[in-house]
Amino acid sequence: MAHFEKAKSIHDWLDQRLAIDKVNKVMQTEYWIPKNINFLWAMGMVLVITFMMLLVSGIFLLMYYQPNIATAFDSVNYTIMREVEFGWLWRHVHAVAASVVFLIIYIHMFTGIYYGSYKKGREMIWISGMLLFVAFSAEAFSGYMLPWGQMSYWAGMVITNLFSLGSLEMNGIVEWIRGDYVPAQAFLTRFFMLHVLLVPLAIMALIGIHFAALRIPHVNNQDGDEFDYDEESAKYLAGDTKGSKVIRFANDFLSKDLFVVAVYLIFFFYLVFWNYGFAMDPVNFDPADGLKTPAHIYPEWYFLWSYEILRPFSKDIGLMAFGFAQVIFVLLPFLDRSPNVAPANRRGPFAIWFWLMIVDLIALTAMGKLPPEGIFSTIGLYAAVTFIALWVALPFITMMEKKK
Amino acid sequence: MKEFIILGVVTFFSLVTYYLVEPYAHHVMHPHVDSKHFAYADLPALEKVGNAEDGANTFMAGGCIGCHNVESIGMMTGMDALASAQAFGGVNPPDLSNAGTIYDEKFLADLIRNPAHATMVEHKFSDVKPHPMPPFYGAGGDMDQEVADIVAYLKSIAKPAEEITPAMAYNNACGRCHSLKYEGWTQMGEKPNFKYKKDELRYDANVLEYQEGVTKYMGKLPPDLSMYYKSRGAHFIETFIEDPQTHLAGTAMPRVGVTADSAEKIVEHLADSADTKRVERESIAKNVMIYLLIFTIFAYLWKRQVWKELH
Ligand code: HEC
Ligand code: HEC
Ligand code: HEM
Repeated sequence: MAHFEKAKSIHDWLDQRLAIDKVNKVMQTEYWIPKNINFLWAMGMVLVITFMMLLVSGIFLLMYYQPNIATAFDSVNYTIMREVEFGWLWRHVHAVAASVVFLIIYIHMFTGIYYGSYKKGREMIWISGMLLFVAFSAEAFSGYMLPWGQMSYWAGMVITNLFSLGSLEMNGIVEWIRGDYVPAQAFLTRFFMLHVLLVPLAIMALIGIHFAALRIPHVNNQDGDEFDYDEESAKYLAGDTKGSKVIRFANDFLSKDLFVVAVYLIFFFYLVFWNYGFAMDPVNFDPADGLKTPAHIYPEWYFLWSYEILRPFSKDIGLMAFGFAQVIFVLLPFLDRSPNVAPANRRGPFAIWFWLMIVDLIALTAMGKLPPEGIFSTIGLYAAVTFIALWVALPFITMMEKKK
Repeated sequence: MKEFIILGVVTFFSLVTYYLVEPYAHHVMHPHVDSKHFAYADLPALEKVGNAEDGANTFMAGGCIGCHNVESIGMMTGMDALASAQAFGGVNPPDLSNAGTIYDEKFLADLIRNPAHATMVEHKFSDVKPHPMPPFYGAGGDMDQEVADIVAYLKSIAKPAEEITPAMAYNNACGRCHSLKYEGWTQMGEKPNFKYKKDELRYDANVLEYQEGVTKYMGKLPPDLSMYYKSRGAHFIETFIEDPQTHLAGTAMPRVGVTADSAEKIVEHLADSADTKRVERESIAKNVMIYLLIFTIFAYLWKRQVWKELH
């Protein structure tokens, strides 16, 4: 057993047992971050904060929510919104956070794509990030079922139907997922379980993996520069903080993160109090009714682009295109054949690829919500084809790219 | 500077996306219907000046009190809501004590002459299947004058608009068809607190029976409106009650003919039901924002202090 001395202070007592000084160094004061970064590198922290808000508000909602098809709607819209002190606040925070988290995830993802932060040693950061995206999608979808409104019911119906895999007609899988022929009690209970237990556990584990994956390659920087962390950190510790290319995680990086988080919270609570409508679809304030199909069925905004890739094609081709869209982002580190780590705008044709991809995703998102008629379905079709074409072209475009 | 350009780019793409999936998509999916400000331009103006005293007699003779309670003057049919609904075609005719304030006068005049016309449900009724409220055929004198007199009388006994609460407006104009669960309202009225379970069950059974009657009369059960303020929004509700047919052609829901003021109150009552905490929300919002602003200023000062050493 290790040798223990009489402690001189509580700090010392803890340090002997938990090595808190060492941990503090490794995790904070000597966790080195490049200096040459902008506020987009704070999005990871913004995501952590948003996830914490989801977790805390969710715990409060869980105290009154009832996962029963007869009472779920009223437990949310009456009990939580009217009876429980500040229940409305928790619900608004939860709903807005669930929507905004995707905005931030998309910004975070496209920051990674723009600066090439997914390759040359950072592949695992990217892959764990995409797994987080999948987990968050599952979390959002399962959560959307819980108020048991019209959109819960019908979106649940439409999305679970996809698992029959088109002409394969594997209805057995659909029934297995639903636990019934149509969404009903068994369906609600299992999505409740997924939403409050299994998926959050997976998310927390994945966040751990994501952070661990950051450790060795370190985060990228605005110019994609590579430098010697040992040399730069030695410079910093020797007192040349201005000349060093690195900064400490705490308090250097943290102080900037905190400022970005503060500005973000202003925006976030502005949405919570004054502009929450986008996060709570009006149709879902009608209680679920299996006999009354709503005039327009659409998913929440963050799923619209992939929904629109499904829609313009015939059943089977649409499903294949949809499957393609779900996995293709994970493969980005391997489809990008260029060794350059640099901002997209300095990478020639890739710059065009990047901005086209953004415009295309926005077009898909908009068409996914608009009714599939006339000009909207034409634009949707072209945008879906463009999406696939962009990915097919990516290896060739990046192969042609000149080495830096 | 560079960070502001980046922020500008991120904001631009976010706002474009927001605009397309929210305001624009809603505009396409739900074409805008302009409010006509409850002018009821399709109905003729009253040509005669009504006389409330003559109206009292015409009203009593006109048979209205055979079906309608007028509680403020002590005229009661003696039937409860269920019996009355069953006797008069499916719904309990509303109490007329405040009808003169809640409903528009042009509408009342037209309603008295031809209920199906005023309420815009002529497509549902015919000579073989008449509207449950019979038209007033006149008391032998000048019909225009008599109708104007009844309207003047209804106005004279009604409370002024300031005394009509949102709940009164809703209960009178909508409550016979639409329950409002979150405000404790059933089609038979406010649900009492029962001491004994069996009394409550009996009441609930009566409500179900009432609903059966409404369903038969309307062709479907009018929905509970507890969350409609959220699911449809104020503008939809206002333009819908002003003229249900423009939104849902052929619908069984009648035009109820309320004044602009009553419509506003009805919407307010629905907001009380579906967005109960809106006042609290506004007041807390202010405090949270002030707190966050101060927090941001401190965060900025801290960042500046830390980064002084860094560049
Ligand atoms: C005589 C019965 C009756 C009265 C009185 C009545 N309604 Fe209705 N209402 C109906 C019926 C029936 C429907 C269903 C219409 C349909 O789906 O065609 C309906 C539907 C509605 C809807 C839903 C429309 C939609 O988009 O589906 C709203 C909102 C509404 N009513 C509001 C009101 C308000 C507010 C009042 C009072 C000012 C009122 N109604 C008075 C019978 C009535
Ligand atoms: C045979 C019974 C009967 C008689 C007589 C009768 N009513 Fe009615 N009245 C009804 C019924 C039933 C309704 C509800 C109809 C509906 O909602 O579809 C009604 C509705 C009304 C309404 C509410 C209309 C609205 O748009 O919400 C008013 C006001 C009214 N009656 C006034 C009168 C007046 C004034 C008279 C006398 C001239 C009269 N009624 C005579 C049965 C009657
Ligand atoms: C919602 C859950 C997520 C959390 C909590 C999270 C958190 C973080 C944090 C704290 C960082 C370091 C700081 C930064 O660069 O922003 C980071 C970096 C990174 N994340 Fe995530 N992230 C999440 C989801 C994702 C997703 C969906 C992707 C995309 C697939 C992703 C890809 C990356 C990449 C590539 C980096 C490295 C950035 C660089 O090197 O410059 N992350 N993440």
